[in-house]
Amino acid sequence: MISIWAQLAYLLAAVCFIVALKGLSSPKSARNGNLLGAAGALLATIVVFFAQDLDHLPLILGAIALGTVLGVVGAQRVQMTQMPQLVALFNGVGGGAAALVALLELIPLVDADQAGLDVPTFHLVATAFTVLVGSVSFAGSLVTFAKLQELITTRPVIFPGLPVLFGGSFLAALVLGVFLVVNPALWLGVVLCLVGLALGLMLVLPVGGADVPIVISLLNAFTGLSVAAGGYVLGNTLLLVAGTLVGASGTFLTLLMAAAMGRSVGNILFGALKGGSTLGGGEISDRPVKSAGPEDVAILLAYAQRVIIVPGYGLAVAQAQHGLRELVDVLTERGIRVDYAIHPVAGRMPGHMNVLLAEAQVPYEQLKEMDEINGDFKNTDVALVVGANDVVNPAAKTTPGAPIYGMPILNAGEAHQVVFMKRSMRPGFAGIENELLFDPKTTLLFGDARESMTKLLSAVKAL
Amino acid sequence: MVWLTIFVLSIFVGVEVISKVSSTLHTPLMSGANAIHGVILIGAIIVTGTADTTGQLIVGLAAVVLATVNMVGGFVVTDRMLQMFSGRKKQGPPE
Repeated sequence: MISIWAQLAYLLAAVCFIVALKGLSSPKSARNGNLLGAAGALLATIVVFFAQDLDHLPLILGAIALGTVLGVVGAQRVQMTQMPQLVALFNGVGGGAAALVALLELIPLVDADQAGLDVPTFHLVATAFTVLVGSVSFAGSLVTFAKLQELITTRPVIFPGLPVLFGGSFLAALVLGVFLVVNPALWLGVVLCLVGLALGLMLVLPVGGADVPIVISLLNAFTGLSVAAGGYVLGNTLLLVAGTLVGASGTFLTLLMAAAMGRSVGNILFGALKGGSTLGGGEISDRPVKSAGPEDVAILLAYAQRVIIVPGYGLAVAQAQHGLRELVDVLTERGIRVDYAIHPVAGRMPGHMNVLLAEAQVPYEQLKEMDEINGDFKNTDVALVVGANDVVNPAAKTTPGAPIYGMPILNAGEAHQVVFMKRSMRPGFAGIENELLFDPKTTLLFGDARESMTKLLSAVKAL
Repeated sequence: MVWLTIFVLSIFVGVEVISKVSSTLHTPLMSGANAIHGVILIGAIIVTGTADTTGQLIVGLAAVVLATVNMVGGFVVTDRMLQMFSGRKKQGPPE
């Protein structure tokens, strides 16, 4: 049995995790919170070696060393724009680890059952749950990684029969789970693991690129729950508490993110299957718009007094944030007041835009949250919308029934002039037309955000 | 019953501690929570340390590597993100 002092150490680690999560929800305490979480994890890892009789110590320590090197190198090398997919990858390997642990836990349970001993039913239920959910999380996270890394298309991937196949696999997983509980066998666990992998693939493939962050958060919660179930089977309270914490906070965070985007989680996951909004209309309108070259936009900006930048997904994709910061520096030198208006879901993840702009050395004071700046647009000469669309789409206010109806938006349309830097007339991820594009006071600057930004920058400098 | 109690109370704690998070911190919070479920490493160490066959040992070691990547990488990348926020608050970036 685990000794009292080891249990106390586990309790201390669990408290560290709770305080860490609490710390992470406020900017002042976030960094210390994270460090405290790491300290708790380190403590728990040291304690486990003293708490239990373990064989194969050199190999285990070697495996930990290997994992540490991989983790640190990955975390240090990654570009900040690629950070969402790294989080997805880390989440996936965690889910994979949980599934493997549960498969190994199944072996003694099967042995006990065959020896005629009484195996607690709920241990088998929890084991089956961990195997299934861990492998769903593993496969799903790898698909989100591939989507964000653009190894595969970011558009929803759907093939005929997918809903049937998905439903069938889900039923098969349930049936396998019941078999496993009634008649424990290792091969059933392995098959369940494979079905889980297939389910993970089918769950995430139909999700559109813009919704992937929410799926990462959901899979994060899944992994947490599978860790909790694994902890229950092992009789380890720390795993139970930590896993449940992540499962609960992850689920709640998923709902918060979905609410910020004006979407429901069900719609995000299954919208594409129903032919719903995640597909995006993709219809390119041929209504007339006013487009201009970099020189014209440069004049608009250079002779303004107040400019607000609305950065979005497209900016991050084109990696134009450094160019944007230079442009803002030049404008500021000309005595123009420039701020960035950050929509809660701008970027590839909620809060991602803040990280990206912080990395591009944008002063923290220039980043304004939506509620803070929305009243300023009407006194603004130029609203420069870079790679964003849905977050300024007035349909969110005016068109009941639009997929984004009800989502809070930035009132860029209230500015005297609006300039969109866009790649094409393709609608945003919500797949609906943006009336603001056709407004008489709107000018469009077509092209890759990074190239356009470079041209715009030299045009402003030349004035 | 004790386990169920711990489970249910943990759910409430998990929701409560993050209920007031600002959207600016959603990404670091997700990443930090992600690192925390890396404690599956403890489970991986236990099952590997009690493995009887070579096959079990190999699977267990794979789980240990994966879980360590999750835990260590998760905390390091979260710290990198948060570093950018805190560096900005003081007089300019440290570098």
